[in-house]
Amino acid sequence: MADTLTKVEEKEPLFGKKERQLIYDPLFDNNPITIQVLGICSALAVTSLVVPSFVMSIAVVFVCGFASLFTSLVRERIPTQVRMIVQLVIIASLVTIVELTLKYLNYPIYKQLSVYIGLIITNCIVMGRLEAFAMANKPWRSFIDGIGNGLGYGLILIAVAAVREIFGKGSFAGIQLIGPSPDYFINTTAESGIGTWFSWYSNNNLMVLPAAAMFLIGIFIWIQRSRNPKLVDIS
Amino acid sequence: MYSTNYVIGFVVAMTTLVAVGLTTLREVTKDQAKLNESIFNKRSILMAVNDHLGNSGVDDMSDEDVLKIFDNQVTQVALNSKGDKLDSDAIIASGYKGGRAENIDMAKEKKKSSDDMIFPAYEYNSGNKKFYILTVRGSGLWDEIWGCVALEDDFNTIAGASFDHKGETPGLGAEIKDNPVFARNFKGTKIYNKDGEYVSIKVRKGGAKDKNHEVDGLSGATVTCDGVTEMMYRGLKKYEPYFDAQKKGTKVQGMLVK
Repeated sequence: MADTLTKVEEKEPLFGKKERQLIYDPLFDNNPITIQVLGICSALAVTSLVVPSFVMSIAVVFVCGFASLFTSLVRERIPTQVRMIVQLVIIASLVTIVELTLKYLNYPIYKQLSVYIGLIITNCIVMGRLEAFAMANKPWRSFIDGIGNGLGYGLILIAVAAVREIFGKGSFAGIQLIGPSPDYFINTTAESGIGTWFSWYSNNNLMVLPAAAMFLIGIFIWIQRSRNPKLVDIS
Repeated sequence: MYSTNYVIGFVVAMTTLVAVGLTTLREVTKDQAKLNESIFNKRSILMAVNDHLGNSGVDDMSDEDVLKIFDNQVTQVALNSKGDKLDSDAIIASGYKGGRAENIDMAKEKKKSSDDMIFPAYEYNSGNKKFYILTVRGSGLWDEIWGCVALEDDFNTIAGASFDHKGETPGLGAEIKDNPVFARNFKGTKIYNKDGEYVSIKVRKGGAKDKNHEVDGLSGATVTCDGVTEMMYRGLKKYEPYFDAQKKGTKVQGMLVK
C-alpha cells in the first residue's frame, strides 16, 4: 500500500486548487449518494425529518473526515494483512465518540437516530474513502477528502429530508408551515384568511414512508444527469 | 508483508489505545448521560398529563422545570401484583439500584411472570386535582410499544396518554407517537363500563363506535393498534388492586416510597 503513494510537491498551499476540488467534487459531480450510490440505507431511513438528518450529516462529516485523517496518518505502518480491520476499528471508535457525545449533549436526538448512528460504521462512504483515498494520500488531503464526501452525503440527506418533511408533515425543521390546526402558519381549517385557499390541502403520507426517499433520490439522480450528460455511463 | 509479530503488536497497541480512550470518554460523560435519560423518561411520563401542567406543555418546558415538577408535585410508588406499595429495599432487591419507582425498567419486568412483576405508579398533584399516571407496555408490529396513561381520581376516566415505540413503521404504526391526535382521543374515555366491569379501551379499526370505551384506529397500522388495545387491557388491569386500595382509602401495608 505504502508504495502506491501519490507524490505531492512540497510547496503546495494549505488550501489550494486541488483541495478545493476535493471539497466541491463530492458535493456535485462525484456525489457519494447520487453518483457513487453509496450510503443509501441511512439516506432512506433517517430522512423523514430535517433536524435528525442534519445531526446525522454532522456525524458522518466528523467520522468521515477524522477516519480519513487517522488512517492516512498511520497508513505506512498499517500491516496489509489487517488493513480493513484497522480501518474498521478507527471508524468504530469515532462512531462511539459520536454516540457518547450525543447522549451527553442531546438525548432526544440520540433516541430519534437510535441505531442509525451505530450504523455509520457500516456506511459504505466512510470505508470507501479510506480504501480509495486515505490509504494513498497525505493526511491533510485525506482529511479534506473525507470532509468533502461527508458534506456531499449531508447535502443530499438534508435536501431529501426537506422535501419529505414539508410534504409529509407540513413543517420544516420543526417550524409548522401548513396543517389542520391553529398551530400552523397556514391553518387549513381556518374560517378566514389565507387558510381558506388551502382547505383542499392535506399531507402526503407517502412522503413519511422510507419508500419516498428512494423516489426522491431517483429524481435527484435524474435531474443531475440530465443537466450534465458527462455523468451518464455510456455502456 | 509484515511479520506476524509486528501485526500482533500493532493490533494489541491499537486496541489498547482505543479501549482506554473510549472508556475514559464514557466515564466522563456517564453521569450527564444518565441524567439526560431520566429527564427524557420524566418528560414522557408528564406528557400523559400535558393538559394539566399549567401554562406550558412538556415540550416547552426546560429540563429544570421538568425535574422541579417531578420533585414537588409527583409522588412515585412501586407496586407489586397484589397492589402493595413497595419500599426502596424491595425495589433494590428486584435489581434496581436506584431504589425508586422511576428506576424500574418495564422492558425487564414485562418478561417476568405477572405475579413477580413490580411496576411504578406516579401520583401527580396539579394543585387542585390528583392524577394517577400508570405505565403500560406491549408489542406492536415490529417491536415493543409502551405508554403512560393518566387516570383521574375516580380511577376510571382517562385524563391523557402518551405512547412511544421502538421500531414501528414511520407514517403508519409510528403515528401512535407522532400523531398527537391519536393519544388525545384517549382523553375522556373510561376503563370501566356502566356496570362497573373492567373493559379497558379498544382502538377500533374504521373509527370508534362507543365513544366511552373506544378510540379511532390508524389506517395502515392495524397490528400496532391491536397491540395498543392489548397493551391497554393488560397494562391497566395489573393496577386494579391498587385502584381498589386507593378507592377504599385504606392504608396499604408497606411504606410510601419517596
